[in-house]
Amino acid sequence: MTILVFSGLLFATSILAGFLGALTGLGGGVVIVPVLALLFKVDIRYAIGASLVSVIATSSGAAVAYVREGLSNIRIGMFLEVATTLGALLGAYLTAKISSHWIAIVFGAVLLYSAFASFRKKSDRVPAEAQAENPLAKKLELTGVYPGPNGGEPYTAQRVPLGFGIMFAAGTLSGLLGIGSGAVKVLAMDQAMKLPFKVSTTTSNFMIGVTAAASAGIYLARGYIHPTIAMPVMLGVLAGSLLGTRILVKTDVATLRSVFALVIVLLGIEMMYSGITGKI
Amino acid sequence: MSRPTDHDLDLSVAAMLRVGVTLATLVMLGGGILSLLHPWTTTPDYKHFEPGGPALRTLSGIARSAMHGDAQSIIQLGLVLLIATPVARVVFCVAGFARQRSLLYFGISSLVLAVLLYSLTKGGGS
Repeated sequence: MTILVFSGLLFATSILAGFLGALTGLGGGVVIVPVLALLFKVDIRYAIGASLVSVIATSSGAAVAYVREGLSNIRIGMFLEVATTLGALLGAYLTAKISSHWIAIVFGAVLLYSAFASFRKKSDRVPAEAQAENPLAKKLELTGVYPGPNGGEPYTAQRVPLGFGIMFAAGTLSGLLGIGSGAVKVLAMDQAMKLPFKVSTTTSNFMIGVTAAASAGIYLARGYIHPTIAMPVMLGVLAGSLLGTRILVKTDVATLRSVFALVIVLLGIEMMYSGITGKI
Repeated sequence: MSRPTDHDLDLSVAAMLRVGVTLATLVMLGGGILSLLHPWTTTPDYKHFEPGGPALRTLSGIARSAMHGDAQSIIQLGLVLLIATPVARVVFCVAGFARQRSLLYFGISSLVLAVLLYSLTKGGGS
């Protein structure tokens, strides 16, 4: 295959991955790694390297749109980034220590979880638990005001150590698999810390870029980020996700979300199978 | 000067992120166009991982090789700019929290910055 054809195919596939990733809120990374590894037969280390840089690009490129909504909480994000960046260092360190079979198996499990999580109910309200006092959260200034239908509703983070712990795990997965692990980050903030759902998703978007940057330095030094693969993937995923975000505000994507979740489940099973049988 | 609010900080950070991504994309496209001057070269085998030389892996190697017009290294330079964008975001926050006189968050964001800089400079030692 010539360079031109290879780059063109990668670019086109990445546009589709970024587009679907943005429409479903799962991110382009969870799709592009299995596609590169299973379809393009690229070594999984090149695949996670290319995915990681595209994760940085989409997170940073989408920030403007998220900030306009005024929902992200910069302090909660920064506090939890201590956990995710340290986790990302550990994850990037682990990629060199464990075999690619195991990376594929863990990746498959994360895909299955992400597909499952995309069906959770999303509430537009501040959960009742988030109105309780929490001395630790108060001390760390992990509070905010949510612009609800009846004016500003104050919220306070709950179960801070648990949220911090899950964030460390999210960072480790991000560094190990080259993904944004947005689903796990939202789990920490929405389920564990009881933050309003939209605060969780928008703050998570901000955190993804910083978390990914923590492992990107290590990936670069190890040679996981290869220009011929990373460039078309990054440009394609970025273009696709910007397009997807634009369409998302206009149309209801419930059907597409279900179809895509099914694709994710199949990719997850195939990744686990390939890992177990030693094909990856 | 009045102290900036968290939302002001958010807005300036988002604008900066957009500039970083745009700049990185342009540099990468420049390298990409250069590399496609030889479009009929056969793709090497990416099935097996090969670490590659310093021209693609170290900051000094990438910079030196990009200066000589090497297409691959110019793409890599764009990718380094992209990786640097979230790092610059944290630098912005450190400065913003300092201007807000928020000692706690000045400390927390400095800690995040320290982890990032450690990864970028010392991360390769494995």
